[in-house]
This record gives sequence, C-alpha cells and structure tokens, in this order.
Amino acid sequence: MQIDITKVLNTDILIIGGGAAGCYAALTIRERSGYSVIIAEKANIKRSGCLAAGVNALNAYIVEGNTPQDYVEYAKKDADGIVREDLLFTMSERLNQVAERLEELGLVFLKDEGGRYVARGSRNIKINGENIKPLLADAVKKLEAVTVLNRVNITDYIVENNEIIGAIGFSIEDSSAYEIRAKKVLCATGGAAGLYRPNNPGFSRHKMWYPPFNTGAGYAMGMKCGAEMTTFEMRFIALRCKDTIAPTGTLAQGVGAKQVNEKGEVYETKYGLTTSERVYGTVMENLEGRGPCYLKTEGISKKEEESLKKAYLNMAPSQTLKWMESGKGASEQNVEIEGTEPYIVGGHTASGYWVDTNRQTTIHGLYAAGDVAGGCPQKYVTGAMAEAEIAAEHMIEALKRNDTHNTQFDKKADRSGKQDTASDRMRDQVKEYNRFLGNTETIYSIEELEEAMQKVMDCYAGGITSHYKYNERQLGIAREKIKQLMLLSDNVAAGDMHELMFVYELKERLLVCLAVIAHLEGRKETRWHSFAENTDYPQKSQEWMKYVNSRYENGTLKIFYRDLVGKEGQYEHCN
Amino acid sequence: MSIVIDRKRCTGCGKCVLVCPGGLMKQEKDGTAVMKYPKDCWGCASCIKECKFGAIALYLGTELGGRGGKMTVSEKGSFLIWRVKKTDGTIEEIAVDKRESNQY
Ligand SMILES: Cc1cc2nc3c(=O)[nH]c(=O)nc-3n(C[C@H](O)[C@H](O)[C@H](O)COP(=O)(O)OP(=O)(O)OC[C@H]3O[C@@H](n4cnc5c(N)ncnc54)[C@H](O)[C@@H]3O)c2cc1C
Repeated sequence: MQIDITKVLNTDILIIGGGAAGCYAALTIRERSGYSVIIAEKANIKRSGCLAAGVNALNAYIVEGNTPQDYVEYAKKDADGIVREDLLFTMSERLNQVAERLEELGLVFLKDEGGRYVARGSRNIKINGENIKPLLADAVKKLEAVTVLNRVNITDYIVENNEIIGAIGFSIEDSSAYEIRAKKVLCATGGAAGLYRPNNPGFSRHKMWYPPFNTGAGYAMGMKCGAEMTTFEMRFIALRCKDTIAPTGTLAQGVGAKQVNEKGEVYETKYGLTTSERVYGTVMENLEGRGPCYLKTEGISKKEEESLKKAYLNMAPSQTLKWMESGKGASEQNVEIEGTEPYIVGGHTASGYWVDTNRQTTIHGLYAAGDVAGGCPQKYVTGAMAEAEIAAEHMIEALKRNDTHNTQFDKKADRSGKQDTASDRMRDQVKEYNRFLGNTETIYSIEELEEAMQKVMDCYAGGITSHYKYNERQLGIAREKIKQLMLLSDNVAAGDMHELMFVYELKERLLVCLAVIAHLEGRKETRWHSFAENTDYPQKSQEWMKYVNSRYENGTLKIFYRDLVGKEGQYEHCN
Repeated sequence: MSIVIDRKRCTGCGKCVLVCPGGLMKQEKDGTAVMKYPKDCWGCASCIKECKFGAIALYLGTELGGRGGKMTVSEKGSFLIWRVKKTDGTIEEIAVDKRESNQY
C-alpha cells in the first residue's frame, strides 16, 4: 500500500486535536472573528480524547467566597512551588465563565434553590458530564467556516525560520496525505499515555486512566522543531480504583471515603494530602506490608451506593459494571486503590510546552492549550478550555495585526500561482510515510517495540515495578535503551494506514520518553514523592526552586534552567 | 477491556465505527461492525451508547476480575437505561436521567 493522493488545504487557523481545548478554541474563534478554521482530529470529535466516556464534575471552578488567587495558591502548593503563576492566574480568572458557557451549550449542572451551582468541596461543581463531548462537537458542527477533518492524524509541523506555517498528516480512512497551511496553529493534542508499562497486562492493557490514543504527538512535533518544553519530570501518577482504573475523587470527595490500609487504619494523614503524597502513601503502605489499600466506603447508605453507581456510569461505566457483576456494591465492600503508571499530562501536573502568558510557544505563531501546555497544573476541563480561549483571542489579535513575519508560503504560492501544490517538505514527508507502508523486511513489530519501550521505562525510569523510584545510573540505562529502540523504530512496517498511525504513535512516545528521562535527570532533588522520586537525591532543596526546561537540538536534549515566573505582568519569551 | 458484537442485531449503520475514539472498529463488506483491535479498547463505552440496536456489549477482561457480565445501554426519553446481563441469565438495570446531575 502507498499514499497516492496528497491534499493541500489553506486556512487562517489550524487546530490540531479536536478535544476539550480544540473544540472550545474553534467556538471562541468563530464567536469573535471571521477567520476560517480547520480542526484536524485523529479520531472523531464526537467522542475523542479525555472526554470520551464523560466526566464526573468540573474540577476547576472558583466557588463562592473564593478568588482566582486562591486557586493559584492551591495549585502552587500541590506542585510545591513549581508552577507558572502568570498562567495559573489568567486561567483561573476564566474558569467560571467557561462553566457558564458549558451550561449554555446544554451541560446539566446541580443547582441550589437560589439557582447557584452546587459545589463539591471547595473547587469542584457537580454536573452530569456524560455527554459533555457530544455537546461540544454539536456546537462545533454548527459553526460556519470551520472544517473538521476527522481521522486525520497529524505527525509534523511545517516551520520556517522558527515560524509555523502549517502541518502535515494523513487520513486513516483512505490513502491520502494532507498538507494544511495556516497563518496560526493551535496545538491541542492532549498529553501522553502508554510510555510506561501499564497497570493491566495483556488483553486489558488499554484499561488505563489517560486515553491510550493521546500519545504525546503534540510534544513530539514541537520537540522535532526545537520548541522549548518544561517540567516533564513532574510526571502524573493517578490514584485509581484497582482494575478498572476509574477515578477516585467521586468516592473521596463525594462520600468522604478515606484512604485506609489492610488493617483499616486511615493512612492518608500520615503522608500528607497533596496529589503526589496520596499516591506515595499508598506505595509505602504496600511496601511496608500493610496493603492492599482501599477507599473506605463500607457503611455508606444504600442510597449513596446507588448514587455512586449512577455517577460512575456517567464517566467510568466499567466500575459500575464491576459492582453490578460482583453483586456487592460500595456500601458492602471497600474499593481497592492503586497508583497508575506515570503519564505526562499538563492538565494535571505542569509538563508541556513552555508558553508565554498568551499561550504562544517558542515557535512563532504556534500556540498550545490544555494537557499539552506546561506550567499550569490542575487545569482540568474548564482550565483547558480557558487556555483555549486565551490562545484563540491572541491568535485573532495577531491575525488582525497581520503579525506573520514569515509569509514565504504565500509569496511562493503567488509567484507560481500554485496554491494547492504540495511543498517539498510535504513530498519528503510522504516519502517517509510510504517507506513504512512499503517496508516488507522487518523483524520487529510495532507492538513489540512498544512493549520494549514500556518495559525500559518501567524498570529504569521509575515505573510501577520500581515503586516510581530511579537513580541516575538507571536513567542512563533507560536513555541508552530508548535510543536503541528509536533506531529500530525507523525500520518498522505498516500494513495499512491505521498501522502507519501506530508507527507514528510509537515514534512520538519514544521521543517523549527521551525528554522524560532527561528531565528526571535534570532535577537533582526529590520535590514530589512518586512523581519524581530520585533516590540519589532523596531530599528537596530551596536551590531547586526553578524550572527544568529542555530543547531538542540535533538529536540531543539540551537541559537548562529558568527562574520561577511570578504572577505579575505578562511573561514573554526571552532567551 | 473490550466489547462483543452481536452480529444478528447489527444493522450495519456504522455509527459505532464512526465514534470510537481509537478508530478501532471497522465494517465488513456487508456493513457488520467488527472490533479490529480488541486489545486497544479503552472501555469508554462510546460505541455501546451509540448503538441503537443493543448489538454491542461491554465486558470486563478476566485480568480486571471480569465475570462474564455484558453491559448494554438504551435510551428511553431522557433516560439512559444501563443493563447488565450476568452469566446466570439474570438482568439488572439502572436508569440514569440525563437531566439530572451527579449527586457526588
Ligand atoms: C478519564 C478522565 C477523566 C477525567 N475527568 C475529569 C473530570 O471529572 N473533571 C474535570 O474537570 N476534568 C477531568 N479530566 C481532565 C480533562 O478531561 C482534561 O484535562 C481535558 O479534557 C484536556 O483537554 P485537551 O483538549 O488538552 O485534551 P483532549 O480532550 O484529550 O483532546 C486531545 C485531542 O487531540 C486528538 N489528537 C491527539 N493526537 C493527535 C494527532 N496527532 N493528530 C490529530 N489529533 C490528535 C485526540 O484524539 C483528542 O481528541 C479527566 C481526564 C481523564 C483522562
């Protein structure tokens, strides 16, 4: 099989990834301007990305009596200081207006007699989030001048003189490749799952928390073009229901279930209550022989049990299926919990693109929002959308100012009169696609390489098997082995377009692994238990109150450090 | 994690194939839906919600402690009716009102 059709499209703004942030950006752009938009989405925007199964609550909201600054303080504390306050603040300011917009789109909220949203704890509000993605997708479909390309997987940016001018990808449904030229590009491809060996083996390997289809494409594409990245060492490890890997917030915050060990002792207070400490405590209890660990739900009322079943159906139906199948609900049986494999997710921790306050990356004209953008943890759905709105507003402004110093494509096209002829860059890329599609001589399958990568990361870069711990010697081994796998990945074979996507997913993950390893090595302290547990440097120190940033240059990762950025003023890139 | 497709009930409408966030399902020549990459299923249940004919069921793999129960969903007015058929033939249903928020 070979790609024989190349399509060249032109748009004002290209959005890569039609998830929470991507869809919201399209809505914002069309509400506030006349610019044309293309959304390139590898799945179908109706149920793609994190929101596929639904969400349980809006986790980021400023409840009555609190201020956006309170949210900044909370996120800062949870990340022990390594955040971008300018990003957190500008996001927090918009959380509530995003929630209101979601209500306009049809999302159901729990309200009190006064018509106010009902809070869950001090930062969440209660909703029925089962259909949040179809609601967003419907709203996008109604927009004019927005073209949605479903099942188009983007693999590369087109960058000239550090300015983005488009992106390249291919359709999984037919054998065509796409060159999409744009004046501004928003990357909203989410985070990266599948880097480490997952909780569940074999047949259920994809029963993981983060979507296995978010493979770190956005990070990898940026890295390949020299974009600056930040804080990849702050991995996210989720504390989840055993087996189903369903969220636990509903149990902890909803019915107040405490973390208990096998003896029934509440252990969470012993280790601290930040997100990473909750995971760490569970690891330690198990290591010291007091596992398994549970969320104590025994003794809740039948009414609460029924409500829980419904709540899980709205976001993680496998957990309800488990309760129903076993014939024992949460009131009769505590829910066992475990830590997941580490993910790289800028919406929960702070890994991702290094952006300015407007969410522009270090590549001119390229913006990032949602889980792919760094420096701004605890953003969740509403925060991802708030970032999309900020990026959209700035892209509109920049287009109005006609701010593109690099209009080479337009000029070239005008001269030749061929606006729809593929560029040389595109032709090279298609050659690469066709090389994988035409390869018949290979020993290793994509799947084998993926498993090998996950094993390396698990054993040598702080996966589940090593209780999330690592040292420098191990990281060195991990790097060497990942580089070897990268070489092998150049020679895999793809039987069809779907397998071609698998090839690129593997390559993206390998590159992200390399960045994770370099960042873990770069932070010589242990600031967050489990998330980055460096046994060579088991303490944290004031000296490390700085960002670990990186740039991929000529095949190697350059690590450098930046001073913390405060809330005051607008942050712009400076080198 | 994965799904089973009841070929007799599948009408070949293709909606499940369209909606899968991993693009893991395909249609055979006669339109019948098939799960091409069962090991890659995330278990999100998008396809079972999409199927208006109850032809797709979600089940838990044995590694997850699955006991062979099959979960389907249908829509009745504003309700989503979730139904689990256990291996002993018993059926349990939970109706969730789409107009109602989660209590937790
Ligand atoms: C299981 C789960 C439950 C959650 N529950 C809650 C909750 O209850 N409350 C809450 O507030 N937050 C919750 N979150 C967090 C929230 O959903 C995310 O932070 C948010 O959706 C991130 O938005 P995003 O746009 O960055 O990523 P996504 O919404 O995942 O969108 C990324 C999109 O990019 C596409 N894509 C990826 N790579 C490519 C490529 N190469 N080419 C083209 N397209 C590509 C993907 O298919 C996807 O559609 C949850 C997250 C998960 C995973």
